[in-house]
Amino acid sequence: MTSPLQQKIKITGPSMVTANRTWDGVVIYRTAQKGWSASLADAAIVRTSDEARTLLSEANADDVGAIGAYIAPVEIKDGGAIKPGNLREHIRSEGLTIDLLPVPA
Amino acid sequence: MYAYDELDRTLINERVSEFRDQVKRRLSGELTEDEFKMLRLQNGVYLQLHAYMFRVAIPYGTLSSKQMRAFARVARKYDRGYGHFTTRQNIQFNWIKLAELPDALADLAEVGIHAMQTSGNNMRNVTSDQWAGVAPGEVEDPRIWSEILRQHTTLHPEFSFLPRKFKIAITASEHDRAAIKIHDIGLRLLKNADGETGFEVLVGGGLGRTPFIGKTIKPFVHGRDILSYVEAILRVYNQYGRRDNIYKARIKILVHELGIEKFAKEVEEEWKQMSDGALTLDYSVVEEVRSRFSYPAYEKLPHMPDELKQAAHDPLFERWRKNSVFPHKVQGYSIVTLSLKPVGGPPGDATADQMDAVADLADRYSFGEIRVGHEQNLCLPHVAKRDLPQLWKALERIGLATPNVNLVTDIIACPGLDYCSLANARSIPIAQELTRRFANHDTADLIGRLHINISGCINACGHHHVGHIGILGVEKNGDEFYQITIGGRADEGAQMGTLIGPAVPYAEVADVIEDIVEAYLALRDRPEELFVDTVKRLGVEPFKERVYATR
Repeated sequence: MTSPLQQKIKITGPSMVTANRTWDGVVIYRTAQKGWSASLADAAIVRTSDEARTLLSEANADDVGAIGAYIAPVEIKDGGAIKPGNLREHIRSEGLTIDLLPVPA
Repeated sequence: MYAYDELDRTLINERVSEFRDQVKRRLSGELTEDEFKMLRLQNGVYLQLHAYMFRVAIPYGTLSSKQMRAFARVARKYDRGYGHFTTRQNIQFNWIKLAELPDALADLAEVGIHAMQTSGNNMRNVTSDQWAGVAPGEVEDPRIWSEILRQHTTLHPEFSFLPRKFKIAITASEHDRAAIKIHDIGLRLLKNADGETGFEVLVGGGLGRTPFIGKTIKPFVHGRDILSYVEAILRVYNQYGRRDNIYKARIKILVHELGIEKFAKEVEEEWKQMSDGALTLDYSVVEEVRSRFSYPAYEKLPHMPDELKQAAHDPLFERWRKNSVFPHKVQGYSIVTLSLKPVGGPPGDATADQMDAVADLADRYSFGEIRVGHEQNLCLPHVAKRDLPQLWKALERIGLATPNVNLVTDIIACPGLDYCSLANARSIPIAQELTRRFANHDTADLIGRLHINISGCINACGHHHVGHIGILGVEKNGDEFYQITIGGRADEGAQMGTLIGPAVPYAEVADVIEDIVEAYLALRDRPEELFVDTVKRLGVEPFKERVYATR
């Protein structure tokens, strides 16, 4: 497997690192405190490819806590709110876009 | 139903213990994800967008009421209260926690259910006709042979690390409900001139990035030779199949590149060396497997009971009966399809409560047996005709009596971008919008048989290539677009649909499908001419013109 440090990583805008939590699969985001959060609002934002490479490398080092880490785009709204940068990340962050069959509580 | 023996039960239970230990080691960090990934995949555990997805096999689509209740328990206890029936007679749970998966597997093992080989580069769940054993005119029950193949290939070391996944489907009826022509190996059970049971063997079918219809490699292989012949095919594939390129690794590519004649010659050479060996099926072995299938003690019942005559006055019942009830091989009984395609619902989904209710209805009306078809619907295979009115009322109460089987709203759809990590575009919302557009049952009846298949990416889990109308989601500059094909079919006359033109954006898909259907209604030469036959007669041009003239 290619080391994340050697992977060609090029970002074109603000980005974050996301993965799934190992024990339950929940969507998580890498934080600036070198941990993980289930909230996109807590995600560390990187703006250069070098920063992205470093953040991804740190994320991949936590093989027990998270799986499948990758870099994904975000939008930074006026006021600093972080929003997913594409539909896939929107669905991962906000949940299904469909109506489910009614399941009794 | 097939009754597992001690060997089967031991195998399943050992597998649960093994996986429990693997999960424990993964969560402790003793196993890395790289080391664990193949192990979880061999137990049907994928990582999807939001969570782990757990795929469980329903061999040849046959389930007992007990097993269905176990699915309901898993859905309720470990998931979010529902499950999704797939196009290959599996059920998927979308929200399961890795830490709880061993317990879920153990619960399923108690009723003889497992997830072995529902993923990975091995022999997948052997699928069959959901009407197996009850369809009128069937040569014989194809599940006997499905089970023999299942037993032989499960955990077979030679076939656990194939170049790519490998799928077999078997039918025993003239009308193919198992889509055998789009499988790696398709088997059609038949009798030769001497009345001996055997198979027409097809090879190299498949969809995905490079779709092919399976080709007949041998028109008749005697039943006693089917294991050795299938094994010969697998050996040739194992030897020559490409492992350097995932997109060229399926057997269909090998068959295409070698040509069917050369491929057949290779198989024949291989088979010569083993055709009279240990894999030749002794009659007693086949009979032993046959004896482990139990069949209902059918009563002698009238063809047209009074209960049915009375209920026929209710137009809603009649609409459902004409749509969802099919002839059975035994007089006085019917096969009933339970639509998992309610208007506005996700195709193929069932809640835990519905699963429990179906299990109860199976006990009351279908000798405790349920079937699952590749069209993502359920089926009660042994319903006495006198019970149909009561069954219909019960199905109405649980939302499983939508009279849309084989109609425009009986849509096959993959989970798409709402769940799947491979998808480029959403499938389910497109299906839901279409079911709302065509919600009027009179309109759907007027249109007649029309299969719409939707895939959220080129991997084609929604079998879009063979839909009468196929919809394939693609991504263009971050937006969802959809390619439309028409004229495909998955039955005995299987063929790929033809692309009608440039992809259309998400918001326009339902309008485009409405245009195509309206064009068909105007173009068909009589009400009985099916959509797919009109396309065959006229080609795609008139439809293309209708769709793109104003776009």
